[in-house]
Amino acid sequence: MTDTLTPPEAGRPAAVPSSRPGVVARALANPLLWPLLALVALLVVNVVATPSFLDVRIQDGHLYGNVIDIARNSAPVLLVALGMTLVIATRGIDLSVGAIAAIAGAVACTRIVGAGDEGAATTAIMACTIALAMCVLLGLWNGFLVSVIGIQPIIATLVLMVAGRGLAMLVTDGQITTVHNETFSDLASGYVLGLPVAFLIALAMVGLTAVLTRRTALGMLIEAVGINPEASRLAGVRSRTIIWTVYVFGAVCAGLAGLIIAANTNSVNANSLGLWIELDAILAVVIGGTALTGGRFSLLGTVVGALFITTLARTIPNIGIPSEANYLFKAIVVVAVCLIQSPRARSAFRVRRPARAVSKGAHS
Amino acid sequence: MSAVTVPAQASLWDRVRGYSPPSRFLPVIVTFALFVGMFGAGGIRYDGFADPQVFLSLLLDNSFLIVLAVGMTFVILAGGIDLSVGSVVALSTMIAAKTLQMGWSPYLSIVAVLAVATLLGTLMGLLIHYFEIQPFIATLAGLFLARGLTYLISVESIPITDPTFSDLAFKTIELPGGYYTTWAVVIALAVVAVAAYVLARTRFGRTVYAVGGNEASALLMGLRVAGVKVGVYAISGFCAGLGGLLFALYTLSGYSLHAVGMELDAIAAVVIGGTLLTGGRGYVVGSLIGVLVLGTIQTFISFDGTLSSWWTRIAIGVLLLVFVVVQRLMTRRQK
Amino acid sequence: MKTMYEEPPVSTTPPAAGEPGAAPVIEMRDISITFGNVCALDDVSLRLLPGEIHALMGENGAGKSTLIKALTGVYSIDSGTILVGGEEHSFATPAAAQAAGISTVYQEVNLVPNLTVAENMLLGREPRRFGGINVRAMNRRAEDTLQRLGLDIDPRSTLGDHPIAVQQLVAIARAVDVDARVVILDEPTSSLDTDEVAKLFEVMRRLRDNGVAVVFVSHFLDQIYEISDRMTILRNGRLVEERMVADTTQLELVKLMIGRDLEVLDRLDSARTRTHADATPVLQAIGLSRKGSLEATDLSLYDGEVVGVAGLLGSGRTELARLLFGADTADHGSLEIRSNRRRLRSPRHAIDRKIAFSSEDRKAEGVIGDLSVADNMLLALQASRGWLRPIPQATRTRLVDEYIEALDIRPADPQALMRNLSGGNQQKVLLARWLITEPDVLILDEPTRGIDIGAKAQIQAKVAELAERGMSVVFISAELEEVLRLSDRVVVMRDRRKIAERRNDDVSISDVLEIIAGGHRAEEDSDD
Repeated sequence: MTDTLTPPEAGRPAAVPSSRPGVVARALANPLLWPLLALVALLVVNVVATPSFLDVRIQDGHLYGNVIDIARNSAPVLLVALGMTLVIATRGIDLSVGAIAAIAGAVACTRIVGAGDEGAATTAIMACTIALAMCVLLGLWNGFLVSVIGIQPIIATLVLMVAGRGLAMLVTDGQITTVHNETFSDLASGYVLGLPVAFLIALAMVGLTAVLTRRTALGMLIEAVGINPEASRLAGVRSRTIIWTVYVFGAVCAGLAGLIIAANTNSVNANSLGLWIELDAILAVVIGGTALTGGRFSLLGTVVGALFITTLARTIPNIGIPSEANYLFKAIVVVAVCLIQSPRARSAFRVRRPARAVSKGAHS
Repeated sequence: MSAVTVPAQASLWDRVRGYSPPSRFLPVIVTFALFVGMFGAGGIRYDGFADPQVFLSLLLDNSFLIVLAVGMTFVILAGGIDLSVGSVVALSTMIAAKTLQMGWSPYLSIVAVLAVATLLGTLMGLLIHYFEIQPFIATLAGLFLARGLTYLISVESIPITDPTFSDLAFKTIELPGGYYTTWAVVIALAVVAVAAYVLARTRFGRTVYAVGGNEASALLMGLRVAGVKVGVYAISGFCAGLGGLLFALYTLSGYSLHAVGMELDAIAAVVIGGTLLTGGRGYVVGSLIGVLVLGTIQTFISFDGTLSSWWTRIAIGVLLLVFVVVQRLMTRRQK
Repeated sequence: MKTMYEEPPVSTTPPAAGEPGAAPVIEMRDISITFGNVCALDDVSLRLLPGEIHALMGENGAGKSTLIKALTGVYSIDSGTILVGGEEHSFATPAAAQAAGISTVYQEVNLVPNLTVAENMLLGREPRRFGGINVRAMNRRAEDTLQRLGLDIDPRSTLGDHPIAVQQLVAIARAVDVDARVVILDEPTSSLDTDEVAKLFEVMRRLRDNGVAVVFVSHFLDQIYEISDRMTILRNGRLVEERMVADTTQLELVKLMIGRDLEVLDRLDSARTRTHADATPVLQAIGLSRKGSLEATDLSLYDGEVVGVAGLLGSGRTELARLLFGADTADHGSLEIRSNRRRLRSPRHAIDRKIAFSSEDRKAEGVIGDLSVADNMLLALQASRGWLRPIPQATRTRLVDEYIEALDIRPADPQALMRNLSGGNQQKVLLARWLITEPDVLILDEPTRGIDIGAKAQIQAKVAELAERGMSVVFISAELEEVLRLSDRVVVMRDRRKIAERRNDDVSISDVLEIIAGGHRAEEDSDD
């Protein structure tokens, strides 16, 4: 198994398995090519509109600039998309991540406010730990509905998507809870080594996920379950454990995202925190080249996808379009990505397949 | 539904004879019982809850949701899902408000709203059927598109002052016994009735069930699957447009933040109304009752006063869970 | 290894004997269909006469389904002509074929379970009134059609509430209501019990008497003989012969269906045959059964022997394998592994007990197409270790390289995607997947189906070698020669049960054919 984030088949055209194509051909066949090109195109548009767009300057020992802002702002979507990638790879989907983010933010903030020493670093750490533990429980719940009860993922997670914000408001008592805690704020606005903490957290999670999936057998087993569940079952794969694992992981990622969002405003509004982040995350995964039908996933693709979405949000005001138009552009991106991926799916579907030789015996 | 009567001869026929009337109405009956139970409990617990006017207000406050749920029922019956309806509602209120502000005739404005909404739905249906894009993701694009267009028209809320609209909004219909209702309720109930007829008594409607039951079989049976798959999204779009108009009557404004997350309420109402989320089983009447159940929860909480509003969402979530798990267990048992 | 029985002459022209005078309703002439580079049908002809029940016979991969799908417009044909009532037709869609009076009832009923019986029969051409469906008229018409077929089913009931047998009858009723001239029944009886089959046959006879040409596909020879008038036999995508059923013995039919391989492989050393009178079986099934797939079956497997399972499609050979592996759970009976009673609730349990199973359905139940050859090979071993304990890189490389070489897998590239490999190489990778787990019992269900001769010989040789090294192998194949060449013992199955078990010292293909055709229980012949 390769140690990189890219799928091992990257650079191998499907039709000619044995021959080794040239560098150009391999680059062209790389599934990361299109998302990367799109990201670069966006950056070019920005530079044309504002030549100083890519400038980064140092101020107070921190890096400042649009690029740094994009990195910082991308953290929540990136985190959620990371978990979503693994969930989607198993043929699942998690609609509840936005609600889970809200719950995490709510739990952390009310804990901090309720603590004896509101400003202490230990208070923040304790609060975040409790919030993430809560997320583990929520992930277990989703995983239970999907893998044990056997409810379709989209429906199973819809339950928590609907109820979750109610739970978050229950925690905050319907108030917009404001916190005053330096350590907590640093999650979103702090800097380490000149880089935003939020982005570093997201990067660390990417690294952790990469190690978790590519250094252990988790990635391969997730893909096996996503590509062919029945063959995996017959090979003895415990798909229940695998599915449970990815939903818990997805919930923890969503929780981290919720903490960062809450830290960014030093407050939590259970109604709006992480609203629609599940849709952005799914979009990031799809842009990154992981198919919604499950199977092979690309963590690097998801990173590019998340950066693309964040850059898009930055680009629109930068080129003088009201930022509200962001939704319109997202719609275009969704349709474009789907159409690019669809002809392949269609031609694969339309190719005449030999009759699945008269099915076996009596009970089939 | 009469049971089969057969002469006792072979074991096959014994089995056929043992067959009991279909359980297809059971979910709707359960939901109806739930509604009656909740309403009854409210009547016992709170003064004035049992007043028929409370029930009429329930219809009045949820007329737009009823229409949305009807459209959603078509889509879900055919095995799809439509995430865009909330955004389309917002877009519709905005188009109505903006065109009226620009001085269009209210009728032209209504036609424009319905045309845009239906067109949006049709486009999504085409994407889903001809490009084989998953309904979830195609209607996600619709969600973004509609919300984006709404923002593009105006970020600020635009009030509706057109006399035809406000007349329609405020004019009440006197009912015997001093009760009253509004035209919005009449329109919503008419939509339910038409939808129920279409689903039960037309080839299109029955094909919707066939596609939701088994798309491959429907195709092999020579049914017009493409028309149905695109059609249900067009209907859902139309219903979202009409729901948006009713919502505009209800709020007398067009606003880009209207109806955020309303698609979830519509989906929840459909599921609680006994429609199988995997398609093929369910009734619009169930969805109507589903909306009433959601409305009753809200009424309950507003009557109580001590319960906070977020309990609505939690209660809806719990109901959703119960129905989904029961549906799952039922389909599993059938296998 | 010369001809063990006479190869029947292959004729492409129908025999003159017993020919009814009527002109064919449908005539398919010299139909060829290729999928990619696989030739699924090669110059196949089929004639259907009005008022006959015509059996379409053949083993797996013979081309029955493809032929049916060509006739019903699901597949388009590459060459050849289809004549309907003497006129040339080509059907682009199932709907077009239906319009021409050709209706098909598939094994998995292609109706909609959530609608009523009447709707399933009439949807698409239902009677209408004022633009809406006239439900009363529709139910009445459905009732009439059902009565005409002698069926007493309430047209208002929901289809899904009926047992599969009734659903199948409704599917036939739908076919009849379109005034079908041809009704194709694709394995309609495989999940029916005796009474249900009788009812179905009654309906089929009525159709025949009304002048309909009925095409009947079934794996049950007795049923073919009970109901069919003529039959067309296919093998490996080619037409073998068209025959009158009355003129053909069961033995002849089985010979025609199974045929002989044209390739002559080296006879493998069969000196391994050994006795195990007092050895403990490594795996023993006692009265293992599952409703609808296998009747109570006993089987003992010993170390170092190959047990061949022979039988036609649908005989229970695959079902037996799945029960031994825990892929399906048994209703009754028990399994003993080295004399310890075990319940196999899932494949995992079986794998933990050192049992391995390679499914006949390579594509759906074996291959993980988008993963590499290496991942596919290591999947079972990795799954049993759990995801937290990855196989060390050095071990991975060693194992994968070793098996790529040992099984001559091409391309010899561990990172090649599984879906890009040929069938034979995929099969070798799946074999490697199980060999890597070092099983005591290896169950191979049709491991050589649809793969090229070279790979076939290599797999056979490997099986012999594994048994030599002490593994117990269950080898299931539709090809009797292969079974006999490899096995120390032969188990013959028919009608979902074991009908004979023989030591393979003097068993010939014709012996096995006779057992299959005869269908008699021959338990007295069991080994030792």
